[in-house]
Amino acid sequence: MCLGIPGRIIAMTDPARMMAMAEVSGVRREVNIACVAEGPPEGLIGRWVLIHVGFAMSLIDEDEAARTLAALHELGEAQEALEQMAEADREMAR
Amino acid sequence: MKFASEFRDPKAARALLAAIARRAEQIGASREKPVHIMEICGGHTHSIFRYGLDKLVHEGVEFIHGPGCPVCVLPRARIDESIQIARRPGVIFTTFGDAMRVPGRSQSLLQARAAGADIRMVYSPLDALALARKYPERDVVFFGLGFETTTPSTALAIQQAAREGLGNFSVFCNHITVPEPIHALLKDPHMVLDGFIGPGHVSMVIGVHPYDFIARDFQKPLVVAGFEPTDLLQSVLIVLDQIAEGRAEVENQYARVVPEEGNPVSLAAIADVYERRPSFEWRGLGEIDASGLRIRPKYAAFDAEEKFGIGYAVARNPAPEPEGCACGAVMTGRVKPTACPHFGKGCTPEMPLGALMVSSEGACAAYWQYGGARVAAE
Ligand code: SF4
Repeated sequence: MCLGIPGRIIAMTDPARMMAMAEVSGVRREVNIACVAEGPPEGLIGRWVLIHVGFAMSLIDEDEAARTLAALHELGEAQEALEQMAEADREMAR
Repeated sequence: MKFASEFRDPKAARALLAAIARRAEQIGASREKPVHIMEICGGHTHSIFRYGLDKLVHEGVEFIHGPGCPVCVLPRARIDESIQIARRPGVIFTTFGDAMRVPGRSQSLLQARAAGADIRMVYSPLDALALARKYPERDVVFFGLGFETTTPSTALAIQQAAREGLGNFSVFCNHITVPEPIHALLKDPHMVLDGFIGPGHVSMVIGVHPYDFIARDFQKPLVVAGFEPTDLLQSVLIVLDQIAEGRAEVENQYARVVPEEGNPVSLAAIADVYERRPSFEWRGLGEIDASGLRIRPKYAAFDAEEKFGIGYAVARNPAPEPEGCACGAVMTGRVKPTACPHFGKGCTPEMPLGALMVSSEGACAAYWQYGGARVAAE
């Protein structure tokens, strides 16, 4: 919950609500981009962000994204975040 | 040696450890008279244990594990109150999975769910918003918890709910802030801290200036750090450098992610939605002035405490800690987890008695997971 996980913005889904699709370790998840939007939201496509509980909180470069992801894997936090996303999807469908 | 394969950059780690040892010798730190450095953030605690940094650093450096694990400091009374809300007819209570096993006075949320309450684990407050849209006839409550890292997410969710007029969405707000408990710790006359490792992702939101008082008023160094092992070692070295040179400053080791001034959009959302409570209860630490946030009156319709007349909105019923539990003493660095009579006996990650055993960011769970079980058996 406290450590963010890197993801890459791949498309805008709902610009009015500041929502975009991100890819996080091969999993797609809609995220809010309000905190990282500087110019037009489309400019974020392809960029790496640090995602906390569904919100992109910081722009990072690709190298930082790779290092952070590796560290999160070693801590078991990346797996945990992905499990929580999957669990949430099941709960939503209930 | 296990060390070399564990680190992605073993050469850099070795060089940092050697530099730390030199500095520690230079300032006369020893096993008997160590320098006490508190890592505030639970993510750092986890990283320190995962890589065994507490064992690898010079024996004159001792880590004190701070109160920076949000589920660990949730008081029992707040769990009780969340269960009271969850049991109401028509309520869907949503929470991060981390909070499910935190023990309340008689139950955890997990046990309350098994007993029939509609409690759902979500990844994001946005999931709770989606549930509110999907079930307009139900009351969807989100268990808002965490430090400044997660506070913007619930603030933005409440703003979004207000824009959409989603009257069936509310937040049970338990957001807390980092600087205030540090202030409380520093004012404690028994405190022996010499410096701090500051949280990375909290600082990404609030910037580095909220810590200025630590250097200015208490003359202690604080270094904001990333959570990779080399980040942490580098930050320990900077703290020791400051001590050796007689300086006390706030420095930013994690500038690649943490801007000096924080994140303006997040800060604006927090300021719009939240205000400080006069005080808030921390498990093991008691009430701390101005350490918690509540929802401003203009968003009262989205405040579960107001909506359901629970918690600080009414007379509270604080719950004492379990008999003999040392959570408070562990969190202030006065004793190690292994000194608690419950450690590994009545209290394990599977059956936690105290909250420090619940999350991998809690000092007791970290001790247990990375060798503490061995210690307990000795
Ligand atoms: S072992 Fe359990 S009861 Fe004792 S301090 Fe740790 S979490 Fe608290």
